[in-house]
Amino acid sequence: MDKAKLILSMDGLVLKEIKLGKERMTIGRKPHNDIQIDNLAISGEHAVIITILNDSFLEDLGSTNGTFVNGQSVKKHFLQNGDTIELGKYRLKYVNEVAQQTPAADFEKTMIMRPGAMRKAAEQAGNKDMDTQVGMQIAPNAEAHPPTESVAPAVAATVVPAAQPTLPLGSIQVLSGANAGRELELVKTVTTLGKPGVQVAVIARRPQGYFITHVEGANFPIVDGKTLGAEAHKLEDNDVIELAGVKMQFFIKR
Amino acid sequence: MNVAEALQIVTRTDPGMVRAQNEDAVLANPLRGFVVLADGMGGYNAGEVASGMATTLLGTELEKAFALRPPSARVDGGKPWAHVGIEAEIARANGAIYQAAQSQPQYSGMGTTLVMGVFHDNTLTVAHIGDSRLYRLRGEEFRSITRDHSLLQEQIDSGMLTPEEARHSQNRNLVTRALGVDPTVEPEIRDYEVRVGDVFLLCSDGLNDMVEDEEIAMTLSALSANLDLCATQLIQMANDNGGRDNVSVILVKVIGDFGSPRGLRSWPTRLLAWLK
Repeated sequence: MDKAKLILSMDGLVLKEIKLGKERMTIGRKPHNDIQIDNLAISGEHAVIITILNDSFLEDLGSTNGTFVNGQSVKKHFLQNGDTIELGKYRLKYVNEVAQQTPAADFEKTMIMRPGAMRKAAEQAGNKDMDTQVGMQIAPNAEAHPPTESVAPAVAATVVPAAQPTLPLGSIQVLSGANAGRELELVKTVTTLGKPGVQVAVIARRPQGYFITHVEGANFPIVDGKTLGAEAHKLEDNDVIELAGVKMQFFIKR
Repeated sequence: MNVAEALQIVTRTDPGMVRAQNEDAVLANPLRGFVVLADGMGGYNAGEVASGMATTLLGTELEKAFALRPPSARVDGGKPWAHVGIEAEIARANGAIYQAAQSQPQYSGMGTTLVMGVFHDNTLTVAHIGDSRLYRLRGEEFRSITRDHSLLQEQIDSGMLTPEEARHSQNRNLVTRALGVDPTVEPEIRDYEVRVGDVFLLCSDGLNDMVEDEEIAMTLSALSANLDLCATQLIQMANDNGGRDNVSVILVKVIGDFGSPRGLRSWPTRLLAWLK
């Protein structure tokens, strides 16, 4: 909990480092504040920082001159490592060492949080600000998108947001049948091809390249004249795929 | 159709790309129509012990309970036996894990999350503790059926954090409930109507922390014709994105109606059916 700190500076001069050792740290001009900044541009009770375990939240307490984070006026702000809080001429840089060490595997481990401790933390942080809680959307945003970019009935495509935008982009060009000449860019993590219920294959976009796998149907896809098994098969540039009676070519665009 | 014929079930668990051990455990009982997934926590191999105890004990005891009486039978003034049985067996498994953790120093502090589903009479009874999830794909709609028992979820619920902000939180993986860490535990148990064509996904946070919900949804709808491949693809996506945690999935696809035969139905169910 005391890993997060603030670095107070003015005109580029570091004045002091302040550890966020308490769950609630007040900032203001009056002496009873945890962080006192004796300057007329700062309100008596200017702002508060609430720290819950590894997260810190900044809240303006209705100050006269306002609280700014990275140049933006804020009422309430979830602090991220490196954020700069501006109060008048003063700067408070938020440094969270935990955030910097995020890749450590141990940090990812699931841990139990005792309800007693948590409730206390939540109460300290949450109760102050009931007005901002109204109308908050809490439902997970998990809408399924309808399949798009369908290359006509013969070739249906299912679309997933691309996970690795830096990978070379693969594409499928239909060579035979009613859709000959149509092209389908393989921008998604998984793209299905074929006729549902008859024969379907999936092309998975992975860091190692594109892989085709049989999904359903009695017939398996044919790649460059060879019938595939149940295993995933890595596609090479210019491979010709035969699926549900349609020939198509895989190629790398860039 | 009986439940064993009405469901296709695939279970898969993988240590991921970083961890040496797999502290997740999965179990399916296709005959009785129930599935259990647990994500253990605790030092050394204690997490494995806790999740293994949870799936083994619940697997064994619920098999006995549902052999004795069908899950949709009404007991105790109208409560479904599924609820009564699950509550009793979760309490028992909790006690066993807690006892082991208390009596053996190497298991001290161990515990596990739990998410489980019992399919009976076109109904799914879901019980969960912690942040392992159950999702449902119905047509185009994909959503989480369970709500995590976690600090982040509580902060989202109270309005402190938006779901978007929660993704940047440094307080991930803090669960507020777990099996085996206290003498008693309160599972969340709810019933959901099941339709033919529904695909259910139970998973540990090793999946949903590494793969966006949208990607999980698309994978399920693209590959539901081949659940084996779907499970492989989900785990591969978690690992391709870093695989920082153990990743487990249980997929259940509903391919037929599994309503109880009329004669065995309880009177409220019959009354409801008659009113429809």
